[in-house]
Amino acid sequence: MTIDMSQFFQVFFDETEELLAEMEKLLLDVDVVAPDPEGLNAIFRAAHSIKGGAATFGITDLMEVTHVLETLLDRIRKGEMALTAEHVDAFLTAKDILKMQLDGHRLHTDVDLDAVANIRMMLETMAGQGGAPAKAPAQPVGAAEPAARSDRRFRIELPPVPARDVDALAAELGLLGDISRETLADQRAAFTLVTHEGVDDILAICSFILDPKDLKISEQTAPSGDGSRQSIDERAAAEEQQGYGFFEPMHSRIAEEAATKEKENAQGYGFFPPFVPKEPAAQAPESDQDDEDEPAAHAARSAAPEHKAPAKREADKAHVSAESSSIRVGIEKVDQLINLVGELVITQAMIEQRTDTLDPILHERLLNSVSQLTRNTRDLQEAVMSIRMMPMDYVFSRFPRMVRDLANKLGKRIEFVTQGAATELDKGLIERIVDPLTHLVRNSIDHGIEPPEARKAAGKSEAGRLSLSAEHQGGNIIIEVSDDGGGLNRERILAKARQQDMAVSDDMPDEDVWQLIFAPGFSTAETVTDVSGRGVGMDVVKRNITTMGGAVDIKSSRGFGTTISISLPLTLAILDGMSVKVGDEIYILPLGYVVESLQPKPDDVKEITGQGRVLKVRGEYLPLIPLYKVFGIEPRFTRPSDGLVVILESEGRKAALFIDDLVGQQQVVVKNLESNYRKVAGISGATILGDGGVSLIIDVAALLRSSRQLNNESITF
Amino acid sequence: MIQADQTNGSAGSEAGNEFLAFKLGKEEYGIDILKVQEIRGYETVTRIANAPEFVKGVVNLRGIIVPIVDMRIKFHLGEPTYDQFTVVIILNIGGRVMGMVVDSVSDVITLSRDQIKPAPEMGTAFNSDYLTGLGTMEERMLILVDIDKLMSSEEMGLIEKIAA
Repeated sequence: MTIDMSQFFQVFFDETEELLAEMEKLLLDVDVVAPDPEGLNAIFRAAHSIKGGAATFGITDLMEVTHVLETLLDRIRKGEMALTAEHVDAFLTAKDILKMQLDGHRLHTDVDLDAVANIRMMLETMAGQGGAPAKAPAQPVGAAEPAARSDRRFRIELPPVPARDVDALAAELGLLGDISRETLADQRAAFTLVTHEGVDDILAICSFILDPKDLKISEQTAPSGDGSRQSIDERAAAEEQQGYGFFEPMHSRIAEEAATKEKENAQGYGFFPPFVPKEPAAQAPESDQDDEDEPAAHAARSAAPEHKAPAKREADKAHVSAESSSIRVGIEKVDQLINLVGELVITQAMIEQRTDTLDPILHERLLNSVSQLTRNTRDLQEAVMSIRMMPMDYVFSRFPRMVRDLANKLGKRIEFVTQGAATELDKGLIERIVDPLTHLVRNSIDHGIEPPEARKAAGKSEAGRLSLSAEHQGGNIIIEVSDDGGGLNRERILAKARQQDMAVSDDMPDEDVWQLIFAPGFSTAETVTDVSGRGVGMDVVKRNITTMGGAVDIKSSRGFGTTISISLPLTLAILDGMSVKVGDEIYILPLGYVVESLQPKPDDVKEITGQGRVLKVRGEYLPLIPLYKVFGIEPRFTRPSDGLVVILESEGRKAALFIDDLVGQQQVVVKNLESNYRKVAGISGATILGDGGVSLIIDVAALLRSSRQLNNESITF
Repeated sequence: MIQADQTNGSAGSEAGNEFLAFKLGKEEYGIDILKVQEIRGYETVTRIANAPEFVKGVVNLRGIIVPIVDMRIKFHLGEPTYDQFTVVIILNIGGRVMGMVVDSVSDVITLSRDQIKPAPEMGTAFNSDYLTGLGTMEERMLILVDIDKLMSSEEMGLIEKIAA
């Protein structure tokens, strides 16, 4: 084996991370009272795959934890133990520990070894307890078990393997009982293991590292003699008769494991062709039989092939579909593709513009081709942009766990629902929305939803309802965090604001009062918990969302709850823009901010001393912002009634932007100004026009914010 | 993609090296050739509002937005005229692409180390902080500019300083 394994590490890490996430999701879905066997199997499979991967890459600590986890899971899924809420908690903790260990390997972060030892102990104790057998009466096993559990002594002779594998194996087998190690004359290692587990467990462990058929296992003395053998036999037989529906009998697991292992090795986690050598797996049982005279092993082997085959096929199918449905590509490759397509779109626009003047009859064929090119380019652009889109589920899926933990910690009961998890959003945005959303959800749980007693007293159901939803609305996505808790306390917010010397008045509209909570250092929480209440956060939430080009809106009603909605553009890379002309310059206004455009009547423009001009639009007075003054342009018109105004709205504030002319409406590819230059006040980016020239995109939100201080004389940002 | 080819330029500047010679007013300057991405003619720029006068604006360079500065305005040299002979040197400084308008580009000169003398304290339009030396070659004298330092300086304001 001279394959450099390091190149597969990243794949292993990614896969393990996904498996852990999957495991968590499944665990959270588990109904403790009536667990879905398929769900339990899926959790077991996830744990098993991680273990297999970890063993392949020699990451023993990960393997050890998954092993105990798997042992316990295995007993539960086989119905030997009833699932309890404690189990689920322990599994979730174990998942966190595994994540920590994984990060330890991948990012070289610290690993809390005590926590690792704790969880292992906890899982081992749980697995050892046996618990209440789920189907006690139907199981003759229950009675026979004590005998089966008495210690037996095995001698295991290994084929020639590297010392590292021997160490790993020794550590792994050590989990079963007392192990001692010796080296045989021909440099092979041999173990003597005293354990109450059966030979099949030993084989199962060894099969992670070795081919079981190379292994010689002999039972040296059997302290409990025939009784033990008898009981194993019985158990095997009983299990086979019962069949247990979808569960594979325990003994077949070993063969299945061997098969899975083979398969995993062969597939190499998606990099190797999915070729499954059937021979070795099938042979293993046969050849083993020659070496062993253990009756239980016989029973196991004979049971194995029947069960193995369908199990393997099923697993194969899952693997194949998972592989063909997605590929892993670096985000920079996608971005490069998007950039290239962006340029193609610009080039296409240029061609279109230049062929526009041609005689349509003389150049009919050329023009036809050009219009086809236009269509194709547009389709291509849409398709490429959709690569970057990810479902909101990516964000939502991490909340059930958090809600559950927090609710437990704070002694609250919360029913958590999500809606619109399939709504898609640009990957860049989706990653940046996680933190603000986490903060909002924590706030809702900590401050919003009341403790059960308080809820009962208020005539509400004891369990609070927290919902996360996402939906598309025009070019935006609206994400809402909504709770049915106590709502915001207007008086307390106002009092707090006064205390902090903020300009407030009692007759402020609710909307403005709610916005106060976004001020830095603002917290009305009476006590600072480790969950929230330090007053940092809401301002960060607001700032993060604003930098993403979004807006936050709060609706709250006392006693009925609070809804915080975040509105974000779907993607940062493309924008629907309105191009406007002032003097010789063309600027782009993001269409999302544009309410309407009109030609003002001279009478509607009013001068306010020292405050600039305002424009009366249907009874509403809006500040008039002359773009030529903001950007110091030589305009064509200086009187608003000669040109046009565009009514803009952002953050609930409206203004009229005075321009010379409208040019048109188009989709523009947003380019960053900062990558080669610096941030420019009033400009959010640049784009390339059809003629190859550059046009600047106006930062409408900043423009409107600064419009307050605008007056005729000095225009500053 | 274009950036990547240029980034490891500074390594060789210690030994005798190639310089791009260009003219600003009456003086001839030289910059490390490895910082130069390409040389282009001047095309219409898009003005940036409220930018310093020497920042002419931005242009589209194959899909990248590139700022253009006019050194003649910045250093009060020569007459800033823009015609088909106006030259823009496109620089790549630490992955950032920017254009600089000069009077003219002469040629590429190889200078060995002993041809480079320490820079005088005075006498050039550029602050001596940005000079690496004087290159002499027969009759010609080249003022060697540390273009990296100049372009990333606060004075040029091309790169935003990260606020503390």
